[in-house]
Amino acid sequence: MIKVALRGLLGRKLRSALSAMAIVLGVAMISGTYVLTDTINGSFNSLYKEIYKGTDAYVAARTPLKANQNAQSPSIPESLLAQVRAVKDVRVADGGVTSFPVSIIGKNGKVIANGGAPNLGFSVNPKISVFNSLTLVSGSWPSPNQVVIDQGSAKKGGFKAGDMIGILGAGPEQKMRLSGIVKFGTSNGILGSTLAGFDLETAQKVFDKVGKFDFIQAAAKPGVSPAKLAQELQAALPASVTVKTGQAEAAKQTSDTSASISIIRDFLLAFAAIALFVGIFVIVNSLSITIAQRMREFATLRTLGASRAQVLGSIVGESLIVGVIASVIGLLLGFGLARFLMWVFGRAGLELPANAMVILPRTIWVSLIVGVVVTLIASVRPALRATRVPPIAAVREGATLPPSRFHRFRTVGSLILVALGFLALLDGLFAKGLTTKQILFTIGAGALFIFIGVALVSARFVKPLSRFVSPIGVVAVVALSVLVWPISILIWAIKHAAGNATEFPSVAPDKIMNKLALRNAIRGRERTASTAAALMIGLALVTLVSVFASSLTTSFKGAVDSIFTGDYAVTAANGFTPIPVSAAKAAAKAPGVEAIASVRVGEALVYKKTAQVSAVDGNASQLFKLTWVQGSQQTLDTLGSTGVLVSDSFAKSHHLKLHSPVGIVTPDGRPLSLEVAGIYKPPTGGSPLADVTISAKRFDSAFQNPLNEFTLIKMKGGQTAANTKALGRSLAKFPNAKAQTKQQFVDAYISVINQALTILYVLLAFSLVISFFGIINTLVLTVFERTRELGMLRAIGTTRRQARRMIRHEAVITALIGGALGIVLGMVFGALLVERIKNLSFSAPDRLPYINFVLAGYPLVFFAVAAVIVGIIAAIFPARRAAKLNILEALQYE
Amino acid sequence: MSTGATKKLVSKTAAPDGIAVHAVDLCRIYGEGDTAVNALCGVSLDVPNGHLTAVMGPSGSGKSTLMHILAGLDKPTTGTVEIAGTEITNLSDSELTRLRRKHVGFIFQFFNLLPMLTAEENIVLPLEVGGRDIDKDWLDEITGKVGLANRRKHRPSELSGGEQQRVAIARALVLRPTVMFADEPTGNLDSRTSGEILQLLEEMVKDYGQTTVMVTHDARAASIADRVLFLADGAIERELPRSEPGAVLAAMNELSR
Ligand SMILES: Nc1ncnc2c1ncn2[C@@H]1O[C@H](COP(=O)(O)OP(=O)(O)OP(=O)(O)O)[C@@H](O)[C@H]1O
Ligand SMILES: [Mg+2]
Repeated sequence: MIKVALRGLLGRKLRSALSAMAIVLGVAMISGTYVLTDTINGSFNSLYKEIYKGTDAYVAARTPLKANQNAQSPSIPESLLAQVRAVKDVRVADGGVTSFPVSIIGKNGKVIANGGAPNLGFSVNPKISVFNSLTLVSGSWPSPNQVVIDQGSAKKGGFKAGDMIGILGAGPEQKMRLSGIVKFGTSNGILGSTLAGFDLETAQKVFDKVGKFDFIQAAAKPGVSPAKLAQELQAALPASVTVKTGQAEAAKQTSDTSASISIIRDFLLAFAAIALFVGIFVIVNSLSITIAQRMREFATLRTLGASRAQVLGSIVGESLIVGVIASVIGLLLGFGLARFLMWVFGRAGLELPANAMVILPRTIWVSLIVGVVVTLIASVRPALRATRVPPIAAVREGATLPPSRFHRFRTVGSLILVALGFLALLDGLFAKGLTTKQILFTIGAGALFIFIGVALVSARFVKPLSRFVSPIGVVAVVALSVLVWPISILIWAIKHAAGNATEFPSVAPDKIMNKLALRNAIRGRERTASTAAALMIGLALVTLVSVFASSLTTSFKGAVDSIFTGDYAVTAANGFTPIPVSAAKAAAKAPGVEAIASVRVGEALVYKKTAQVSAVDGNASQLFKLTWVQGSQQTLDTLGSTGVLVSDSFAKSHHLKLHSPVGIVTPDGRPLSLEVAGIYKPPTGGSPLADVTISAKRFDSAFQNPLNEFTLIKMKGGQTAANTKALGRSLAKFPNAKAQTKQQFVDAYISVINQALTILYVLLAFSLVISFFGIINTLVLTVFERTRELGMLRAIGTTRRQARRMIRHEAVITALIGGALGIVLGMVFGALLVERIKNLSFSAPDRLPYINFVLAGYPLVFFAVAAVIVGIIAAIFPARRAAKLNILEALQYE
Repeated sequence: MSTGATKKLVSKTAAPDGIAVHAVDLCRIYGEGDTAVNALCGVSLDVPNGHLTAVMGPSGSGKSTLMHILAGLDKPTTGTVEIAGTEITNLSDSELTRLRRKHVGFIFQFFNLLPMLTAEENIVLPLEVGGRDIDKDWLDEITGKVGLANRRKHRPSELSGGEQQRVAIARALVLRPTVMFADEPTGNLDSRTSGEILQLLEEMVKDYGQTTVMVTHDARAASIADRVLFLADGAIERELPRSEPGAVLAAMNELSR
């Protein structure tokens, strides 16, 4: 039977290859994701090992907060170093500081940065080489008020040792001499981070950490194990610090990094899963069609004595072969994809520390198993149908596949499936007390049910749907043809001149061909529906993203308009890194400033959970207009050292009233006792404040190295060119801070959101490509199947162009059905998601903006047009096949 | 003897008036070298307007090949064909398509109706494909003539084989083509239905003067023709004027001997 299967495959190379495409792409996403994330992980692993290779014990502040990449851990007093050195097993010990952002200013006055990678600063002590993981590439180690920077930044900024260079730490920009250029161990770059190294005292000054260390490293005397040293140190030092072995610290840092990388990995794998899900539709569909076409063959096999099991075996065998081959190709393609992405990262300056690809055995077996299993799952239903072909079909002309036993229940069944899907979706979105995993799982299962259900039930409605979209398709195609008409005419002219007489390009719709296409789409309703369904899934998700984006940006804009009463905002030039507090102080000195207020954000333990705490300073009441439940605008300015402002939802979930006590623990473990001074309602569209807000004064005394998220300014005369200039001048020493008008501030934020969303679109594009191949595949199979009809049509006077148009219109109808269903589903999903986010409570990990459902029309029109274009392009190849058919052979085709 | 017989059938020069199809010295060779098959060789003939010409011969004698070449669906290796005065062997695909739209109708053995269209939609398909207006009276007339007046809205799957072939005949006729080709139009029907279809074809020729070329294996079918050509090994071996089935059968038997 395997032999028969193999023969069958070879006989249908094109068809098999087209459906295998779905598996190839999905598996490539899986293996590419694994290789990429494993490689990044591996690089960081070896990087941290290298950094801590000489460190036996590592001393740092103890913090009650959960580890967070973005929050700096608190510092420890310098005096601890002497205590460490006093421990008898310590051979050598040294303290250091580190900070970010510490920016290098390029010759153009702008911060040198690579994408969103951090700008790191640290102290260097070349004298104690066991702790120094830097290597000097050129120049010398830094003396006081000198700096060394990494190779990548030096190259980007065009700097060489001896140059004067601007450094921006906790204060205004400082000019320093560049003493040398360094690299980290053997690697050229750490995912685009820029590095600035100083001698200890300079570093402490630049980072505003005078008298403090962030860590102390110690090496043991010979014969003393790191664990023993760590124990001894812990015993000798106060409880406000923890001591770990160097290895443990390296492992902790690695696991911190890999925790965030595994989030990225799971995120990417989710998109691979979507792509494979779409792939299943494509494969089920093409297998069903091929099996229907090969009914005679199966019936003949049955008359020759083949059992049902053997027929089943031959089809499943075929799928197995396709699955294995496609998975292997996908696996290799994934390696290539990972390599390509690393190259892209490298080009964008985000170079990986090491460049060797990490291919774990897990990558190989997961990719292969998933690919093969998905193919097998897809083949089950069509294969079972094939077993129901009765032997008599061998001799009967035009026999059809017997309907499945469950056929009668199909519509009801699929409607139930849709209903269950929505129930799961609603449950996942709105039920209380679910873990993130449960939420994602329930939502995922719900979406799965909905997609499958809609796909099944839509077969029932292909007729009205086709009739509905067909005229839209005609109009769209005419419009598009008119657009490309000049090009068509040019091509025609060139062909004509070359003596290749083709018909003059016309844009008028061909009524009869469109009608035939419509009837064909309705005739093959099952395949039209499932081909459309594949596209529907991708488009639904794309629409969801777009709806989410428009809701987010519009709501944000509304919020800014309603809440910010200032004229200008000062933010980081890149829109998201915090800026030194001193920048606001400098801006305050600009002529014409009437009121200025900044918002700081930090992390603290709030009701035993790590959460964000914000702070306001200055004339906040004149710049933020809040909706008050308790308190008034005045409250903003009078928080003092004990007052705390809470959002109404936070107050509700913790049963807080005016003057209720609120407990917060700072990162270094100090409790702050506060009481509620005001309760406000955050605006839809995003609150500038966290759920808990204190005065900046209190914040600065409780949190180390405070930074501003943004600063709002009210100017005499409002937004004028002169005011803009004055603010710009006052910030000259802060190259990473930018004074923007309210409008620019909104635009900058929106463009950050849009950039993030672009990534989602790119990832969803994989699913769309798979469904695109699905359309091609269905059309190719359809052309095979209708060969005789095409022959007849050509014989009675159909031109080649007409034949092409007929196929094309069928593709456009299919694509538009997928588009219509997808866009509608996407809007529903979007509305639900927005509704859910609107009701986010305090437990949310991030300050997700409170948003309103907003439907932006033009992206949806764009998606519909895109669907038409997908249809047109997918039809090119099958339509050419149809047009090129030899009439005689076609008429004799069985 | 074959050359003598063919000579009479054709005027060597351009097609005279009253000739729908004019073919000279047709040869069709399939394949190349050792495996080459001479499907048709040295065939010349004229198909007069208003005549029903039947082509008979043993299986593999080249009947279909000849018909396809006459209809412009296939090109002869050598020789020329004119339809309605137009030399067609050098035409491009689109020119041929245009010619077929105007001058050629087809009836196939397997009906070849489009299953998603109604009987009437199938009938008017050639007009629509060619972008021509539907002559309502003519449509009514032929649908009546083929006996489908009250089956117009039915799908092919709801029609019997004979009825389907009636639709096909109406579809070929709707254009009023210069010539209509039928390859074994009764090959897929039982004998009673065949009789009805043949009668219909005969009426078409008689009543509307529809020039028709019909390939058939059936002596009874050939007997309705104004002329029967006998093909053997790719050449016209014999010609009979209108004859009884018995005579046709005798000629066939003689040929295969
Ligand atoms: N595409 C082809 N390639 C090679 N040989 C062919 C091809 N088509 C036909 N032939 C050969 O040409 C000869 C004539 O075939 P044709 O189909 O014209 O016969 P026919 O008289 O119509 O036969 P039948 O009565 O069986 O339909 C046969 O020997 C056949 O094998
Ligand atoms: Mg034949």
